[in-house]
Amino acid sequence: MKYQSQKVAYAYFLVAMILFAVQVSGGLLAGWIYVQPNFLSELLPFNVIRMLHTNSLIVWLLLGFFGAAYFLVPEESERELHSPMLAYVQLAILVLGTAGVVVTYVFDLFAGNWLLGKEGREFIEQPVWVKLGIVVAALIFLYNITMTVLKGRKTAITNVLLLGLWGLVLLFLFAFYNPENLALDKMFWWYIVHLWVEGTWELVMASILAFLLLKLTGVDREVIEKWLYIIVATALFSGILGTGHHYYWIGTPGYWQWIGSVFSSLEIIPFFAMMSFSFVMVWKGKRDHPNKAALLWALGASTVAFFGAGVWGFLHTLHGVNYYTHGTQITAAHGHLAFYGAYVSVNLAIITYAMPILKGRDPYNQVLNMASFWLMTGGMSFMTFVLTFAGTVQTHMQRVLGENFMDVQEGLGLFYIMRWGAGAAVVLGAILFIYAQLAPRREVISRSASEEA
Amino acid sequence: MTHSPAPVPAHADQDHILDTLPGDLMIWVLIVSELLVFGAGLLAFLGMRIMDPIAFAHDQDSLNRVAGAVNTIILISSGYLAARAVHSAQHMRKWLAGSMVLGVAFLIVKWMEYADKARHGIGIESSDFFTFYYLLTGFHAMHVLAGLVIFALMMRWPNPRNLEGGVMFWHMVDLVWVLLFPIIYLVR
Repeated sequence: MKYQSQKVAYAYFLVAMILFAVQVSGGLLAGWIYVQPNFLSELLPFNVIRMLHTNSLIVWLLLGFFGAAYFLVPEESERELHSPMLAYVQLAILVLGTAGVVVTYVFDLFAGNWLLGKEGREFIEQPVWVKLGIVVAALIFLYNITMTVLKGRKTAITNVLLLGLWGLVLLFLFAFYNPENLALDKMFWWYIVHLWVEGTWELVMASILAFLLLKLTGVDREVIEKWLYIIVATALFSGILGTGHHYYWIGTPGYWQWIGSVFSSLEIIPFFAMMSFSFVMVWKGKRDHPNKAALLWALGASTVAFFGAGVWGFLHTLHGVNYYTHGTQITAAHGHLAFYGAYVSVNLAIITYAMPILKGRDPYNQVLNMASFWLMTGGMSFMTFVLTFAGTVQTHMQRVLGENFMDVQEGLGLFYIMRWGAGAAVVLGAILFIYAQLAPRREVISRSASEEA
Repeated sequence: MTHSPAPVPAHADQDHILDTLPGDLMIWVLIVSELLVFGAGLLAFLGMRIMDPIAFAHDQDSLNRVAGAVNTIILISSGYLAARAVHSAQHMRKWLAGSMVLGVAFLIVKWMEYADKARHGIGIESSDFFTFYYLLTGFHAMHVLAGLVIFALMMRWPNPRNLEGGVMFWHMVDLVWVLLFPIIYLVR
């Protein structure tokens, strides 16, 4: 660890991993309800579990991003963080808010209260007090990181990271606008949900990848920066108007069908660029970094993101196709592989890279970590295939033949059982990953060492 | 990004073909992206036309083909003036100003076309043809406007490399119009 204040990242990664465990366990529960629909229906209804599953995902990914920023910005800026104390205050606020959300959702407290109760929307449903907390925490974060960057060395990586994080925070302000009109509500929530994952988060992902590849492959910074700018340009070019692919059927004017189809089709380009970037850098690389697990996660992230976000996204983004597939299991297949590939994996990549350094046991060979990569990635891929088949069958029976929703769901039972199995593999992989990060493993497992023994 | 010429590469394999492109690499990324978008839009237009050729032909007849042709000449002439600006540093502002005047003229003609359509109660939702007409020519007109802003910035802060990039953008806007005009206004 070059700078003492990078230690802040450790606390962020720790909380992120705890929430990661909560998130995948929630997913496993929700997956079982597809198999056995009345499971827990009185105690913990499906809609609450789903909220926990998606909310904890978003929060842990954000915590991971914050941690990544606190880890890589001092190194890039070549100076200590502006204020480690503020970073801990920010984390405490976020943890309090998260706990508040969980308790409010599970016990449905303060229903209808404008400040304390959940807002009852499908997304951005957090109670207002939590949203205010998020904004305060985000402002602390931006202040802390921006001050550090302004006082230190400015690199393309920190510039892009800051652009992404500032955009992310400013867009969240739309969460406070909750119009009565449901069409408007949906229109504005995509300003957050879409412009995060298909805009600002891509910038964060690209800069984290760039940092990792810089460290792991030793390719010249100039080369890395050129790729980074291309990725950023194509991501924003396609992603901003690509929001239109959420405006097909919500009551917005018909021209959105064409704007959304054309621009969102191009969203595959930045993901293809990120994948090419990772592999080309590794091929060009002249450094043999001992942290092979981090490299595996970085390559895995960009590859699975290309398939999950890029290919599976394109699969149903054209409005002529989406007319039939909208809201079927095709969407679930895409959502799972895209979030896992792009944002879960890039977080686990930076955690894998940073943890040995933060814990002072660098270098070491993370065999368990690599096993967890294959377990999680294999599980998630299988889940995606299963859901894609389920979605295809569902689309045909429900949307083409016009059969009843619940009748079709009955017919998908086998798929849901297989999906649950795949989910169980992902949960095991996640637990294995967390164990591999936290359990002390000092030894370096290498071929020569095992041969000597 | 640097404004000076690329530094001598440390390794031979870094002397990439991309480094030999005129202008900044990023302007090429933008140009290719724009061509993809307009290309996809035109393909979609042609695809929709195949499905309903009679309605498309009917709507197309209500377009002002003379205005479209005049605008084509205006924009190509504007592109010529912009190209001259790159090659004569002393008169750069004069050439650019001429190019901008023609750019404004293009927008005025376009505005008159839109106003005429509006008078007849035609809008973006009137039919599939007009959805494409407004989306494609509207996006294009926004790029003309953006080009004018870019030219204004370059006249204020002249820099040969930026000038090259800006004029390349303008040629891209030209090229897109030269594709839009025949496909939307003329092809039967």
